[in-house]
Formats: sequence, structure tokens, C-alpha cells
Amino acid sequence: MKLDWILVLLVLGNLRLLASTRLGAKIRTVAAQGVLLGLVPLLAGMHAPGLRAAFVAVVGMTLKGVVFPWLLFRAVRETRISRDVQPYVGYSASVLIGVIGLAAMFLLSERLAPFPAGASSLLVTAALFSVFTGLFLIVSRKRAINQVLGFLVLENGVYLFGAGVMSETSLLVEVGILLDVFVAVFVMGIALFHINREFDHIETDRLSSLKN
Amino acid sequence: MNASWLSVPLALLLAPLVLGVVNRTKAFFAGRTGQPLLQVYYDIVKLLRKGAVYSGTTTWVFRAGPLVTLAVLLTLVPMTPLGGQQAPLSFTGDIVVFCALLGLARFFTIVAALDTGSAFEGMGASREALFGALAEPALYLALAALVRHTGSAGLSDSFGVLSQRNWMAVDPAVVLVAVALFGVFLVENCRIPVDDPNTHLELTMIHEVMVLDHSGPDFAFVLWGSALRAWILGCLVAGIAVPALSSSPWVNVAVGVGGVLGLAVVVGVIESVMARLRMTVIPHLLVGSAALAATALLLGMR
Amino acid sequence: MLLALILLPAITGAAAFFIPSTAFRRALLVCVASAHAAMTGLAWRLDPAPALSGWLMMDDAGLLFLSITSGLFLAASVYALGYLARESKDEMTDLEEHFLFRNAPEAGFIGCLLLFLAAMTLVTVSRHFGLLWIAVEATTLVSAPLIYFHRHHRSLEATWKYLLICSVGIALALLGNFFLGVSAVSIDGGRASLVIDELLPRARSLNPAWLKAAFALMLVGYGTKMGLAPLHTWLPDAHSESPSLVSALLSGALLNCAFLGVVRIQQVCNAGGQGAFSQKALLTLGLLSVAVAAVFLVGQTDFKRLLAYSSVEHMGLLAIGFGLGQAGVFGAFFHAVNHSLVKAMLFLLAGNVLSCYGTKSIAQVRGLLRSSPGTGALWVAGFLAITGTPPFGLFFSKFIILKAAFDQGQLFVGVVLLVLLAVIFIAMATACLGMAQGSAESSAARVTGPCHWLTLVPSATLAAVALALGIGIPESLNHLLSMAARTIGGVL
Repeated sequence: MKLDWILVLLVLGNLRLLASTRLGAKIRTVAAQGVLLGLVPLLAGMHAPGLRAAFVAVVGMTLKGVVFPWLLFRAVRETRISRDVQPYVGYSASVLIGVIGLAAMFLLSERLAPFPAGASSLLVTAALFSVFTGLFLIVSRKRAINQVLGFLVLENGVYLFGAGVMSETSLLVEVGILLDVFVAVFVMGIALFHINREFDHIETDRLSSLKN
Repeated sequence: MNASWLSVPLALLLAPLVLGVVNRTKAFFAGRTGQPLLQVYYDIVKLLRKGAVYSGTTTWVFRAGPLVTLAVLLTLVPMTPLGGQQAPLSFTGDIVVFCALLGLARFFTIVAALDTGSAFEGMGASREALFGALAEPALYLALAALVRHTGSAGLSDSFGVLSQRNWMAVDPAVVLVAVALFGVFLVENCRIPVDDPNTHLELTMIHEVMVLDHSGPDFAFVLWGSALRAWILGCLVAGIAVPALSSSPWVNVAVGVGGVLGLAVVVGVIESVMARLRMTVIPHLLVGSAALAATALLLGMR
Repeated sequence: MLLALILLPAITGAAAFFIPSTAFRRALLVCVASAHAAMTGLAWRLDPAPALSGWLMMDDAGLLFLSITSGLFLAASVYALGYLARESKDEMTDLEEHFLFRNAPEAGFIGCLLLFLAAMTLVTVSRHFGLLWIAVEATTLVSAPLIYFHRHHRSLEATWKYLLICSVGIALALLGNFFLGVSAVSIDGGRASLVIDELLPRARSLNPAWLKAAFALMLVGYGTKMGLAPLHTWLPDAHSESPSLVSALLSGALLNCAFLGVVRIQQVCNAGGQGAFSQKALLTLGLLSVAVAAVFLVGQTDFKRLLAYSSVEHMGLLAIGFGLGQAGVFGAFFHAVNHSLVKAMLFLLAGNVLSCYGTKSIAQVRGLLRSSPGTGALWVAGFLAITGTPPFGLFFSKFIILKAAFDQGQLFVGVVLLVLLAVIFIAMATACLGMAQGSAESSAARVTGPCHWLTLVPSATLAAVALALGIGIPESLNHLLSMAARTIGGVL
């Protein structure tokens, strides 16, 4: 039951990301999603969580709830932006597409049931919906920092799927994901810093001088 | 002993009290004494004694508007469940009729406003049409989600099932439906943050401006109609939020009435605390409500 | 030995960040490259033992791709000596837009190069899908600074696109890994092993829906890294803005390693009975890649982007070869070898042309044969090789793939492929031959004289090997190719 609440909050967080215009709100939403995500391995699965799972959960929550938002807020401060420019897909249309995507993911997870480790189809739906939201944000938003947020949401979805469905797998997978996200955000943070220095903006739609 | 017949007289009598409670709460927050609780009753009685004035440019539509709206809302009153009881008029698929009748009421209000031929009312009517168009899917989806979630056939059955659950075992889908319905409530009754009922600036009025030209008994019907609308939708929201767990139907009905009045206090608080949203942002609010309702429906589909 | 192959470049790469002496660093680069190549040569003779309890093992396909990677890295490191000597530490002037920019610190460049080699080695020997994924992710992260060697806005744009698109692809590949794990859990209901040697014997009992979904995700994910259309958009930018030897390594080694990821999951699919689905997907993406490459090659103005789109085309051919199965797999493996050799040679030559003529525009380069005979001759030879002219090896590998298409009755594929290859030949001919012929005085760019002979040695060696492979495949290579093809599910 508690897991259901967390998953619904994650889905609502994704919808909020699709609808929001303020960068600060989006970063905080992604951070909150990361913290909630850290709780999932403790609640999912059929056995009681062990020490290893608790350790991974704490590390994950610290990374996603504290470190990443700090990095992103630093990048925002350096570039001194707060509001979004008009994206490729408008906000109401984004929410609509999000709801349609959610329905599609529900159908998909129904098709793929049953799942190992007793994972509910709601968990798989929430994970796939995060993947969908992440991809959609990357494609439909301008500004490099929005694309980094989209990537984080995508990784959240993949991690949710892994944590929920493969709760008995090896440490390798969990460490792999955390490492991947950390290094990616770190490297992307550096890239953002460089982009801000080179150009006087970080609008990736204007990064189009390399053409055929 | 079935107390379902009680909902009709209670609705007819107590509906204006809801508006009075809202105004009184706002006054309390503002540090004033404010209007008497029964002010809306006095207004209705006063208006019924007056004569109506009709503009030369209007037709029968203008005269029919308030009458049809009131008639529709009076038809909706027996369909609304109160306190988890069966509504006197309940049947399978009554959700669709419910939403359609609300839409009809809105339609006649809009058409009557357009009939005056004034640009002032026309502007309000177009805004009301836009917000109505966005709110109606939210209402449909929310009620559909409710019915799907409780697995029942009609409005009364689903509220009956909901009332039997206590707050500890609440489902996320139900909370989402409640929030979506609350959003629809705010829109339908023209409350802040959608519309300010006290504003008289032409650029900001929506509902006020549509009924500006009605006078006398027509305006009394409009007032009573808006009170009934607040009561009906308030019953829906309160029916989800406040469980009626007692075995005695009288207590349940009392709890239901208390829930609606409590909702009125909450609305009063919101009106005192928040400012009205910019016009361009209101569609986002409504799309958000619709999205929440759609999510609740999808959650119930699995 | 497998651990040594990985750890040697990794440790020296990490150490290179802290070595202050330039000469020592460059010498270290060449030494490690030679040692790595020597160890790979040894692996042909001896059979290296598996390491990490079966997570690392050298099989035939892995040995093939490792040899390509190691050989190319050695050639690139020799080229790097001349290249780094030419690039100064102070500000340089951009050749196109004439602004000033700096280069990245050389220590970082060499360190990342060595780490790149370590990561690619790990890809080729990994038997665990999760470890393979980590290795591919590592290659992305480590090669991004390599692309950003020249610090200006164009290369930054290219690096950003590379990072973002490849990271998204890799994340989807990770989801594919999880799907694969779920499909395997249904076997014994407990721990799911992602080691390919444990999956293959029981592949028949893998859940088909999950397996197909896993394949689709991994194809998209690793296909992004490989440069299959429509996921190839990072490729032309990254190749045109990075230093030539990095482009050579990216095209010649990295795309192959990413392809190895697709090969592994296709192995599992074939064994699990879903071969038809996976082959169809590979065929579709392969044909699309060749078509997209043909479209963008016609009228191309930048010769490095020309080579990049040619890489897209050849990756498409690899995918088609695997999509055809049976003899096509042998052809695809042979094609991988040939393509890597020739493409690396062409990119190294392109670096020479860039430094001689100071421009990346095809229209402005003329008279290559006269102004720099060695470079010009090799350039023409390279063009002939890459478009599949006999007697170079690419002719035979393309021929094998086409023959497989017609043998299997895939007439549509065969005919379309022939037409596209003809279009590509014409497009590249107009570009490359136009650059080689004519007189140097008629070119609009300034010519700085013939290129240093040391930078020609690697290209000449690669050309010679490509020619030799075309004339006759050595028996050991033939045997290796056949064994590799057989394990994936194809025979000649």
C-alpha cells in the first residue's frame, strides 16, 4: 500500500515536470522523485530488506536528493536563468501527451505481466512512464539543463524498473546505475559550465551551426 | 429506515446557507463582521417581490435562461447522494446524465448572456465557454474514475461504497479524484482562483458579467441556482472526503451536511488566502485537473 | 592475461594525468599501445584463460574485434606523435572562422586515450551483459574529452550532442539489460544470470516477449553508439570536430565495439528462437542507415563529414549482414575488419590534408596528388577501397553480403542495396577524385607543402594490410572468422 502511494506520487511528479515552467520547481521535483525512488527497494520485493539494500537506498537518496540538485542549482546560478523559453511542444499539449503516454504504458505493462519478484504492474507502469517522460522532455524542451533533467528522469525510470523487478540481482546493477548517473551528471555539469562560458546562453536549439 | 428522501428538502433549504458560510469565512479572515449568514435568503426573497426589467434587444431566450438553469439544477438535486445514502433518483449510468445536465445549465446561461447583444456579456460568455469546455472532461473523467474504482453502477452506489471506508485505508486514486473534483467545484462555482465573485472590473469578471442584466425574479432564480450548484458539487466532494460510517442514516445525513458546510469553510479560507490566477494560467489548472482525473481512471483500470 | 590487457592501459592512463614530462607521456602512449598489440597477438596463439569467474572470456568474435582495436590504436598512437608535435600548447587560430582557441591539456588527452583503449578492451572480452554495458558507458564518458580537444564552440556542440544522445541510448540499453534479466528469471525463478555462457544453453526457455523487448531496447541503445540511422545524428558532428586520430579510433574501433553489444544479444535471440524478429529489425535499420548515408553523401561539402557518413553506411552494411544470417554473418565480420582498416587510414589522411590545406571544405582542396604525392596516392587508394573496388578486401566482404541477400531470396534488399551503393560510389567519387586531381594552385586554400613522412607511415601500413586482405585472407584469419560466424549462428 505504501509502495502504491510512492508510485502514484512519482507519476504525479512526472506530470508536474511536463507542465511546469519554472526551472527551480522542476529541479526540486526531480530531487523529490529521487528521494522517493530510494525508498522503493526497501518496500518492493518479497523479502524484508537487508543491510545491503538499506545502504544502497541511503546512498541513492543522498546522491539524488542532495548532490544532484546542488550541482544543477549551481549550473542554474551560473547561467542566471529561471524561466523557460517557449518549448517545442506547449505545456497543455505536453500534459495531454503525458496522459496518453501513461495510458499506453498501462497497456504495455498489462501485456507483459506477470512480473518476477512479485512486482505490481503499477510499478512497471510507473517505471516505463518515467522513461517515456524523460525521453519526451529531452526531445521537446530547449535549453541544455532541461535535457539534463530529462535524462535524470529517464535514469529514474530505468532504476525504478531494476529496483522493483530485479530486487534479487547482484550489486553490480545497482552500483552501475548509480555510477552512471553520477558520472553522467558530473560530466554534463562540466559540459554545461563550458557551454555557458563559450556561448552566452545554453539554448541547445541554437546549437545548430554544425549542419550539412 | 431509509433517509434518502431527506436529501431533497435539505438541499432546497440549505443551499443558500453554503454561500453564506463562504462569505462569513472570508469576512472573518478579513477581520470584519460581514454579511449575516442568511443574507442570500433575504436577497432571494427581496428579489422575488420585485418586478423584472427586460431589454428591448432580448428575445425569449433571455427570459428562458434562468428558468431552464434552475429547472435543470432542481432536476439534479434528487440525483445527488448525501451522506452515503441512496439518492431518490438513481439509476445505472446516471453519471452521464449528471454531467450532461450540468452542461445544459451552463449552455443556457451562456446563451442567455449572448442574447443580450452586449459585448460585455459576450466576453464573459466566451470565457465561461472555454473554462467549461476544459472542466467538463475533468468532471466526466473524475466521475468515471470513481465509478470504475468502486466497481458500482451509479453515482449513489459508488458514494455509498466510499463512505464505508475510513481514512486509513484510502486509495491514491480516490485522493486524485477528490482533488480533481475540487478543481471542478472551483471552476463551476466561479470561486478564486478561477474567478473572483466580488470583482466588478470588466476585464476580470466571468460569471458575474453573464448574469448582469437579469433582474427581479429572474435574478432570484439565478441566485438560488448558483447556490444549488454549489450544494450539488459540494455534496460530491464532501462525499469522497468525509466518510459516513455510522449505522444510523440520520447521523450519516447530518455528517453529510456538515461535510458540505465544512467544504464551504475551506473554500472561504482559500478565497481569503489566494489571489486569482492569470487568465492564461487557468486552462493549465483545468488541464491539470483533467490529467489527475485521467490518472485516477487509469489507476482504476488495472 | 585478460586482466592484464585491461589493467595495463587503465592504470597507465590514470597515471598519465599526473606525468609532467611531455616526451615521457608520448613515449608511454606508444609503448603501452605496442605492448597491448603484442599481447593481443599472443592471444591468437595461446588461449587466454577466463577471468573473474567467467565474466571475462575471449571468444572468437571478441578476439577479432580486440585485434582490430589494438592494431588501430597502435597506428593511431604512432600518428599521435606527429600530430601532438604539430599542435602547439598556446592559442591557435581556427581554420574556418579565424578565432583563437586553445587545446585541452595534453596529459588529459593521452590519459583519456589510454583509458579509452582499456574500456574498449573490456567490451570485447566481457561475457556478462552488465559488465559489457558498464564498459560501453565508460567508452562514452572517456571519449567525450577526446572530442573536445580543440576547445571551441563547434567542438563543444559536437561533444554535447555526443554525450546526450549516447547517454540516452545507453540508458535504454540498461533497461534492455533489465528486460533480459526478467526474461531469464522465469527459468529458475531465482537469481537471473546475465552471463551469456549461462544464458545460451537455456535460451529456449527464456520468455519470448521479454526477450524481444530486450533485443529492441538494446538494438536502439547500442545502435545509437554504433551509428545506425535514425540514431546516428551525433556521428557526423563528432567526427568532423574531433582530432583526426580520435575520429579514426571512433569510426574504426568504437563503432565495432558497440556493434559487439548488438551481436551478443542477437546470439541470445538466435538461441532463444527469436532469430527471425531480430534479423528483421537489423535488416530494417541497416537498410535505413545505408539509405540515409547515401542521401547525405550526395553533395557533401566537408570531407570529414563525408567519411563520417561513410561510416554510417558501413555500419548499416554490418547490420544487414547480420540481418541476413548464415553467410551474411561471415561477410559482416570480414567487412568489420576491412572497414576499420580503411576508415582509420582515411581519417588519418584527412588529418594530413587538413593540416596541409587548412580547410575542411571539399571544394577548396584541389591537386592533392601534386602537392603531396604520398597523401594523394593513399587518398585515392582509400577512396577506391572504401567504396568496394577490387582488389581491396571491402569488395569481397560486400560481395559476400550481397550474395547472401540474393541467395536467401531477399531480392528487395539486394537490389536496393546495389542501387544505394552505386549512388554512394558516385557521390564519393566526385568528392575524393575532385580533391586529388587538378593543380594545387587552383585550390582556394593555402598549401603548406607536403606532409611529414611520419604521419604517412600508419596510413600506408593500414592500406597495405587492406590490400593484402583483399588479395588473400590468411588462413588463421579465415579460421577465426568462420568460428566467430558459427558461434553467432552463421556458416559460410
